[in-house]
Parts: sequence; structure tokens; C-alpha cells
Amino acid sequence: MTRTRFLLAFAIVLAALPQLPVPEFWITQANYIGLYALVVIGLVLLTGVAGLTSFGQAAFVGLGAYTAAYLAVTHGVSPWITVWVGLVITGVAAMLLGWVTLRMSGHYLPLATIAWGLSLYYLLGNIDALGKYDGLLGVPPIRFFAIELNTGRSFFYLLWALVVLASIAVTHLLDSRTGRALRAVRGGSTMAEAMGVDTFRVKVTAFVLAALLASVSGWLFAHFQRTVNPSPFGLKMGIEYLFMAVLGGVGHVWGAVVGAGMVKILEDQLQVWLPRLLGGSGNYEIIVFGIVLVAVLQYARDGLWAFVESRLPRRERVVDWADAPALPERERPPHGEVVLDVQAVRKQFGGLVAVNDVSFQVCAGEILGLIGPNGAGKSTTFNLVTGVTAATRGEVRFRGERISGLPSREIARRGVSRTFQHVKMIAGMTVLENVALGAHLRGRHGVAAAMLQLDRGEERRLLREAERQLRRIGMAAHLHELAGNLALGSQRLMEIARALCADPSLLLLDEPAAGLRHQEKRALADVLRQLRGEGLSILLVEHDMDLVMGLTDRVVVMEFGTKLIEGTPEQVQASPAVRAAYLGTEH
Amino acid sequence: MDFTIAGILMLDGVTNGAIYALLGLAIVLVFAITRVIFIPQGEFVAYGALTLAMLQIGVVPGTVWLLLVLALLAALLDALKALRRRITASRVGIGAIKTLAWPALVMLLSLWAAPRQLPLIAQSLLTLAIVTPLGPLVYRLAYEKLADASVLVLLIVSVGVHFALTGLGLVFFGAEGFRNPSFWDARFAAGALSVSGQTLIIFMVSVALMLSLFLFFEHTLRGKALRATAVNRLGARLMGISTSGAGRLSFGLAAFIGALSGLLIGPTTTMFYDTGFLIGLKGFVAAIFGGLASYPAAAVGALFVGLLESFGSFWASAFKEVIVFTVIIPVLLWRSFQHGQVDEEE
Repeated sequence: MTRTRFLLAFAIVLAALPQLPVPEFWITQANYIGLYALVVIGLVLLTGVAGLTSFGQAAFVGLGAYTAAYLAVTHGVSPWITVWVGLVITGVAAMLLGWVTLRMSGHYLPLATIAWGLSLYYLLGNIDALGKYDGLLGVPPIRFFAIELNTGRSFFYLLWALVVLASIAVTHLLDSRTGRALRAVRGGSTMAEAMGVDTFRVKVTAFVLAALLASVSGWLFAHFQRTVNPSPFGLKMGIEYLFMAVLGGVGHVWGAVVGAGMVKILEDQLQVWLPRLLGGSGNYEIIVFGIVLVAVLQYARDGLWAFVESRLPRRERVVDWADAPALPERERPPHGEVVLDVQAVRKQFGGLVAVNDVSFQVCAGEILGLIGPNGAGKSTTFNLVTGVTAATRGEVRFRGERISGLPSREIARRGVSRTFQHVKMIAGMTVLENVALGAHLRGRHGVAAAMLQLDRGEERRLLREAERQLRRIGMAAHLHELAGNLALGSQRLMEIARALCADPSLLLLDEPAAGLRHQEKRALADVLRQLRGEGLSILLVEHDMDLVMGLTDRVVVMEFGTKLIEGTPEQVQASPAVRAAYLGTEH
Repeated sequence: MDFTIAGILMLDGVTNGAIYALLGLAIVLVFAITRVIFIPQGEFVAYGALTLAMLQIGVVPGTVWLLLVLALLAALLDALKALRRRITASRVGIGAIKTLAWPALVMLLSLWAAPRQLPLIAQSLLTLAIVTPLGPLVYRLAYEKLADASVLVLLIVSVGVHFALTGLGLVFFGAEGFRNPSFWDARFAAGALSVSGQTLIIFMVSVALMLSLFLFFEHTLRGKALRATAVNRLGARLMGISTSGAGRLSFGLAAFIGALSGLLIGPTTTMFYDTGFLIGLKGFVAAIFGGLASYPAAAVGALFVGLLESFGSFWASAFKEVIVFTVIIPVLLWRSFQHGQVDEEE
């Protein structure tokens, strides 16, 4: 396979480079590129995957570097201990910063990291014990068993081994339960929370992981340069790290390496040429960096690696889950038990009453239709049941337990699963992976297991379940397609498969048939009947009356936020009030 | 600390706070209308102060050439776009003239005025005429194409613009700092305190500017159009308000406020090509008090930042920047508990 060959060639070149008669200068360059790449891999995870960003990565590098340097110089502590101390300090700092800022909109994190980057720079430069702006000198080299890594060439191996390991670990992470959750938080938290993802925790995790990678880079930096001072850890460098990520391609792990390499080489050339051109001296290269950064965002948002990526053959996922054991299933409530009990819920937006004291019940093994003209409050009712919006008054009970007031993910955990009126998916992930996100709560492995691939057994079971649900809904042909390439109708079906993947007791479908062709609607109705037969309860909002009337056991009609009538499809169809609501009255 | 020192520190803090308030207002304004987190706000402060400094020593400031180059680029891009849309040459020509007329005029004026050592006030007006149009051009070249991108992408663009403008500042003004002459050398004694004329000017201009902004937004059609854009971009566009026009106007206001702030603090502090960035960031800390949305909260935040800075530099001068920028963390914490989780969709 080309990809594997490509990787192998890269590894061979890396391993051979220090043995070849390459000038020392280029070895040093390669070492800097490796140090930068480690940091940028973290930024890829944070920016490209989770949709957050940080200008303070250089400060985390600084924490790692200063911890290593201070402990080694003043206390003679071994580098193999200081690296862990640095990781702990950086982790705590990042967790604190993330915890404070990530509850709010995404742009507060980068703003806070700017402030943090500046503060740390001035702090390092003013502490006597850390040598103020002169920094700490005489940091010893790292010893690897009996080998002292005191030359660029010997250091190269340790550094690049770590870079390759970090790239592989992050690649593994992205292709896992946590990786899917990371991608899901990018497009807003509603969908991710409905799948049971604790979005706040996932965001903090991404931020801490990126900081930890930066800390390792700092540790290496201190022992490579053998001296530390505040200037490489200032805000300017923090911005340059982000520039590397954007230039290389913020969505790809290998883009980090490409970006780091390009920027380092460009920087050196510019630092030679620009002063000759403009006279004087100074950081003229930032002019070019700034302009290139803006141009990349305007004309090639996906960065340089995207050009390489598009020329490589697409990696087909190897189907290795055919014989994986099925996931355990929830015990279904006995037929006829009241599953969902909505008691006089009310939602007011200022003076507007969107849902006006609406009550209804859904029993196990029943399909309840919720219909009404546009603006009747159906979707708001959905959001009240699933915890997306909080009710002003009233109560929602699920299997006897009060769920109003709980966050979406807690409601999902209890067995309520939903689709969205406007499809919410991760367009850049395959259909199978999107659907596997629905099974998030049925897995338990986290970051470390994913990086070390200890989660493969569980992963196979999750993917097997995703495939099973997709087959059931008639989408077996689209498993490995990118979700964004599907037609709207298929995207809706994919959402249903994703909701089913959570093994719900209650399924809420918001206009599932919109955009489906006649045949597809009939197939969908068959699937829903079959699910009902298995004891699942379904709450269905739909405008296709043929579907609603042919499928549901009972129907609730809403108008202007109020429940108009509730009854069997026949009763509802015969009601003059319903006719008036939809068609107006004759005068 | 006795009462006199506290008084001096207070006065100092409130004076700087007034400047941060102006910058905070500009930052809130730009964010509300364009969703751009305008990191380079501070660069316009430095450009304002240092453009005046260049005129003071009789040199044509580099910002004039920047203005001309940016205008040429904008005209070129407009022409290319027009060509693709098959718009007639005469209309392209008129568009180009509109873009280039003011920069060309400003260039000629600067070439004439620079060696003549005009009075300070004339040089200040020329400075505003040079720096203010940079704002709309920066919007046109860096942001307009990405107007619908996510806040995150726009923020990264801002950082790129900050890099480019800071680097160009070094090219234009060199690495050494300048301190401009005072606009008003008088001193007034108020008890043990002595208030300089420059301080009074800072207060008066700040208040006047805030008042005129208020009147602009409340009582003029363009101001209301800007507010409409801030509330709902699509809705405003459907009402015939040009969102790119609104963007350029807001950037023009931001550049004007930045340059004016630069003129105001030029006499009280030594300006380097990169000093503006830190000043602008303090405006940011102020704006964050109001969640980048509330003008009054940003103004109050600015006074707080100013006071914190002046008292901080008295008690622990080496750590004053650390103190000012670390305060953002408790402020964010306070806001997050007040407003809870906010969800935004891309």
C-alpha cells in the first residue's frame, strides 16, 4: 500500500540522515523541526480536530523547559524524572486554564492563552531563581542508558523517535471512541451532548493533551540547547506554532511535520535575506509570516498537506469486526409501561410562550405522532424532552424518573435517543464512524487506551454495532462514504442509525422522512414498525401525513404551543379543530 | 502609601484607563459587527503615535506608502473580480479611482507637509488622515473574503494581520522609541495633586469620542445600519445593508480610535513599534469584562485595568504586566459562572 510505503520511506530517511555526511547545520535544523512538530501535533489535535485554538503553546513549552532546566541545574535531578514533573505541572496549568475558559464560547480560550502566554513570559523574566531574562545556563545533556546525547546527531534519534511515536499515538486516538467525540465537539455541542459526550470534558482533554505534547518538546528543548531563557517561549513563538499548523494543514497529523519544516526553513532564509533587503535588523520575517498566514486561510484553508493527501489513495477501512461479539443491550421496558410522561411543560422565550402547558405520555411499544403546523412548538417540545433547552415550568419523567433539568447527555444515558430536524453530523467522517458516535455511551475506553490501541476489542464491537444499524436502515452500500457526500435523505437515515446505535428505549425522530423518496419512506416505515415490535417507543414529528397516519398508534396535535387534541389517527383525522388548524376555517 | 501617592496612582490609572476604554469600545464594536476579534487594534495606536513622531522629525512616514500599496492592491483585486464578472472598463476605472483618490491625496499632502514642520495640531490631523483609511483597507484585503468564516478562522487571520503590521512598524519606524510633545503644557494643582493639560485633553477627547459614538449609533441611519448588522447579518443584508460596507466602516472607526488613542498617549509614554500591541491587549482585557458585547462594561473594565496597572506598578513594578494579564483568568471565571455554558454552532 502506498501509504505504508510512504511511511516506511520516511522512517528510513529519518534513521539514515544522521549517519550520512550531512552538514551539522542541517541536523540542527532537523532537530528544531522535530521540536516544533511535537508542539504542532498538539495544535492539530486542538485546532483541526476539536475546533479550539491556543496561542499559548509556547508558554507550555516554556513550562516543560524551565522545569527540566531548573531541576537539573540546581538540584541535579535526572532528566528522566524531570520530564514527568514537567508534564504534571503543565497538565495542572492547562487543566486550570481550560476549566476556566472552556465553559464559554470557543473564542475565550485563545484570548486567555494570549494573556497566559504574555504573563508567563514576563513572570519567567522576573524571577530571580530562574535567572530573570538571562535564564538558566549549563543544562546537562540527557543520558540514554550509557549513551550521552550530547551531539545533534545522537539527540536526533531520541527526538524524532518521540515525534513519530506522538504522530502515531495521535493518529490512533483520532480513530477511536474519544477521537470521534473530539471531532463531534467541533460543530457545536448539541449533537455531541445528545450522543452522551461530555463536551466540556472532551474540550479540556484536547487542550491538556496539546499542552502535554508542548511540555515534552520543552523538556527536549532544554536538554538540546543546554540553556533556557524566556524569549523562545513568548507570544511571538506561540503564534508561530499556530502558523506552522495552519500552513501544514491543521486537520492532519502529518501536516504538523510539514508545517514545522516549512516554517523553520522559511524563517532561516528570511532572516538572511530580509535584513539585506530592508536594512537594519529585527524580526522582519513576521511580516511574511503574517501575510502568508492570511493568504493560506483565504486560498488554501486546508494547508499544504491537503495537496499531498488528495494525491494519496484514500485509505479504505479494513473490516475486522465481522466476528466481534455483540454489545450488551438494555432491558426493554415491559409492553404498555409508561416510558415518557410529559406533565404540563411550558417554555417561554421572553413574552413568547413556545410550549404552553403541554402534557402527553408515550408507552413502551408505541409510536406517538406529534404533528401540527409550522411554529406549533414541536421541535421545542423535543428539545425540552431531550434536555437541550430547560423548561420554564412543568416536569418530564422517563420511566418514572424525573429527567427535566438534567443535561442532554444524562438523558441520553438513561435511554433517550434522538435525531435532529436539521441534520447534525461530522461531514468529514465516514458514515460508519458517524453512526459509531451514537454508541459512545456503550464504550468506556479513553485517551490512553486509544493511543496504545488497547481499545481495539471494544472498537470492533462498536463498529460492528454501527454497521448492523446501518444495514438495518438500508444503508449498507454507504458505510465507507464520507457523510458530507450523502444526499439529504440518506443523511437523515444515517441519523436514525446513529440514534439506534445508542440502544435506546425511547427514540425521538424529528422529521425523519423529509427528503426521502417514496420507496425509502416505505422502507423507513417498515423499520419503525419492526422497532416498535421489539418494544421500542417512538415519538415522531413528521409532516408527511400518510406516513404519520399509517404508522402511529396515537397522535398529539399542537397549535401555537398548545395541545389541541390527542387521539387515534382516525379520531384526529375526523376532528374539525385539526382541520381548522391546518387549513383555516370557513366563514 | 499615603494619600498623595494613592491620588497620583489613581489619576495615572484613570488616565490610562480612559485610553483602554476607547480601545475596548473599538474592539467590542468590531466584534459585534464583523465577529472579528481584532488583535491588531493596538498596532493602530502605535501607527498613530509614530506617524506623528515621523512628521515631527520631518520625515514622510512609511505608513503613507503602506496606505498607497494597500489601496493599489485593493484596486487590483477589485479590477480582477470585476473582470471575472464582465463589468465594463469604465466602471472598473471609477471604482479604482474611488479607492486610490484619497491615498494619493494623502501622499501628496504628506510629501508637501513633512519637511515644513507644520503646527502640532495640523500634523495630528494629517496622521489621522493617513492611519484611519488603513482600517477599511485591512478589512478589504484580509477579512472580507472570509466574512462568513468561523470566529476561530477570523481570529487566526487577526493574528496574521498583527504579525504583518508589527513587522511593518519596525520597517517604518525603526527599533528606537519616540515620545511626542504634549498638546497642552499647562499644569493645574488640585490639592496635593498636579494635573497636566495633556491628562485633561485625554479625558475630554475620550468623553467626546464616546459621546459622539453614542450619538452616531442612536441617531444616524448609518449607525443604525451598523447596529442592525451586529444583531443579525443576514437580516441586515436582506434590508439592503451592505455587510461588507458595514465591516469596512467598523474597521475605519477602529483605526480612527486607535490612531487617536496613539496621539493621546504619545506624549505620556515612550512608544516603540511594538508598544501598541500590549496597549491594545489591555483594551481586550477591558472588553472581556463585558463579554466582548457590552460597551459600558468594557468602559468600567478599562478603568479597572488602568487602576490595577498603576497600583500594580507601584507595589511590584516588575510584575505589572503579569498582574494585568493574569486578571483575565478570574474575570473569565466570574463570567462563566454568571452566564453558564454558551453553545455556538459553526
